[in-house]
Amino acid sequence: MVHTLSTVDLGKIDAHILAHKRVLGGLMPLLHAVQDDIGYIPEEVYPRISKALALSVAEVHGFVTFYHHFRTHPVGNHVLQVCRAESCQAMGSEKLEADIKAKLGVDYHETTADGEVTLLPVYCLGNCACSPAVMLDEEVYGRVDLARIAELVSEVSNG
Amino acid sequence: MVKGHSIKVYVPRDSTALSLGADRTAKAIQEEADKRGVEIQLIRNGSRGLFWLEPFVEIETDNGRVAFAPVRPKDVSSLFDADFLNAKKHPLNLGLTEELAWLKKQQRLTFARVGITDPVSLDDYIAHDGYKGLKNALSMSCEDIVKAVTDSGLRGRGGAAFPTGIKWNTVLGATGEQKYIVCNADEGDSGTYSDRMIMEDDPFVLIEGMTIAGVAVGATQGYIYLRSEYPHALHILNEAIEKANAAGYLGDDIGGSGKVFHVEVRRAAGAYVCGEETSLLESLEGKRGLVRFKPPLPAIEGLFGKPTVVNNVISLATIPIILDKGAQYYADYGMGRSRGTLPIQLAGNIKQGGLVELAFGTTLRELLYDFGGGSATGKPIRAVQVGGPLGAYLPESQFDAPVDYEAFTALWAVLGHGGIVAFDDTVDMAKMARYAFEFCAIESCGKCTPCRIGATRGVEVMDKITSGKDHKNNIQVLRDLSDTMLNGSLCALGGMTPYPVISALNHFGEDFGLDKKLNEKESAP
Repeated sequence: MVHTLSTVDLGKIDAHILAHKRVLGGLMPLLHAVQDDIGYIPEEVYPRISKALALSVAEVHGFVTFYHHFRTHPVGNHVLQVCRAESCQAMGSEKLEADIKAKLGVDYHETTADGEVTLLPVYCLGNCACSPAVMLDEEVYGRVDLARIAELVSEVSNG
Repeated sequence: MVKGHSIKVYVPRDSTALSLGADRTAKAIQEEADKRGVEIQLIRNGSRGLFWLEPFVEIETDNGRVAFAPVRPKDVSSLFDADFLNAKKHPLNLGLTEELAWLKKQQRLTFARVGITDPVSLDDYIAHDGYKGLKNALSMSCEDIVKAVTDSGLRGRGGAAFPTGIKWNTVLGATGEQKYIVCNADEGDSGTYSDRMIMEDDPFVLIEGMTIAGVAVGATQGYIYLRSEYPHALHILNEAIEKANAAGYLGDDIGGSGKVFHVEVRRAAGAYVCGEETSLLESLEGKRGLVRFKPPLPAIEGLFGKPTVVNNVISLATIPIILDKGAQYYADYGMGRSRGTLPIQLAGNIKQGGLVELAFGTTLRELLYDFGGGSATGKPIRAVQVGGPLGAYLPESQFDAPVDYEAFTALWAVLGHGGIVAFDDTVDMAKMARYAFEFCAIESCGKCTPCRIGATRGVEVMDKITSGKDHKNNIQVLRDLSDTMLNGSLCALGGMTPYPVISALNHFGEDFGLDKKLNEKESAP
């Protein structure tokens, strides 16, 4: 699927590039700013970024793909991250993961058919005293079960 | 309704409290108070760390704070009916917070203020002994500050346990106009959350610790490399940094001393390996987080090639109390070469999970049963993993081991960052060993072969073992592969993945299809 950026988004990205081009080690904060703003890092802006930061396109691509947090495609309206780490496994997260996938009808890194929720794995949310934990957008939820997650997803999807 | 007489009500804003609905509880309390025409002063404090009781609400009384927990929105009306604002009787009334055995038995030094203060109130911080350490440091020579840290016996709390003072001394002695303080806040280990608590619940103590480090070694710029999974910590740190700048505790003239120190938070991006210090530095420089060869040490050639102190959040947050109360005060806690206290995090399948700060020397059994109350499911605790995904699994027979760096080394285990994840008897340890390889394969930076290839081969070997394919030989392959990773990897990710794998094999061989008695004989590490 080819995503063509709107001129509005391109303008936003150019503004972030301008703001970060002289920052020491600025590639990381720049990419965060872009993803926070438009939801992902479009590959078509690699040349602009590389030119402004005096890097090769390959270096920008290498950087983006090294870090799990960055994505090169748009996601759903909401992002649900399910913790797969040991503490949550000790509280049955493996079954929970399977149940969530079945309930939403998607695997990890996929988006529900209605475009509402993208499902992602995560390795520790720092909520290990109250496992299992998930993060929906920027909020963490502890001691969750499938019913609670379904409730949370439906709350944000309807809101 | 006189403002001066309004009662203080504390509802935590720590992520774990929020994850259990603390915002909704706070809102319900405020609305009920408004409805009844009662004036209250709602304070969003940090968490006391009794996470199984969150949302943990406290009321200030003349005798101290009284706890009501866990308070859900549906409880609020009955609490007002029972006059909880005057600490009256109610099923959720737990009595004076300070008298709760779980807290009273602890020795909170690094976490002295956590849960007590409003995290983003600089006034509150100062009223509770904040910035006393920096004040002392500003009247001392660089050498004396470093000596105090060395004498305290503080060792790196991120996991490597390297003496903090020795690291600082190397940076102090290094020549260079620009030096850096880098705080490793990439707390990626499962079962750990003490860094997150410090950053969310007492951010000024970290900022003060970094400032003292800067003054001690002559660094003027600090970076906090914060994992992207902690959005609340990001906002709170930035708010605290802004306030410290405005009040002159950061900036171009710290406390009127003429000394310069700035702090900036840099968000990480979900790469576990960036918790390794050289990989972290690469990432801060705007590169892929590939591990560097050592030497040169970061203390000599660190961030952007300049002398750099890289310390964990807890190490830096412990500096202020050492400079405030003296090296000896801190060193008086602990045992052997493990001086001071360790903030231990109880996690996983545990009934009473939370933050327990104690002097070194306590046992796993005390932590798991006296504090933890056993497993959450009520089944026997079969195994614990201490020190994150690269830490060994310990069986019940090792639960009397003291929490001490050397004692754990003797067991072929690690204390790491002090996280303890409990598993009940439904755990399949072969599955956990496979997961250790799987995690390493996902997170390997790819620079060295034992880690990059070994992790993937490890998953395959585990699959062969659990399916019974050429079983005896594959157990040997598993041991050989682990040996290669252990001795041939560039950093702890590949080098320590064998810890959970081989400890699981040695202590829980029956899960790998081995005869239990035979395995015990063959498997001395």
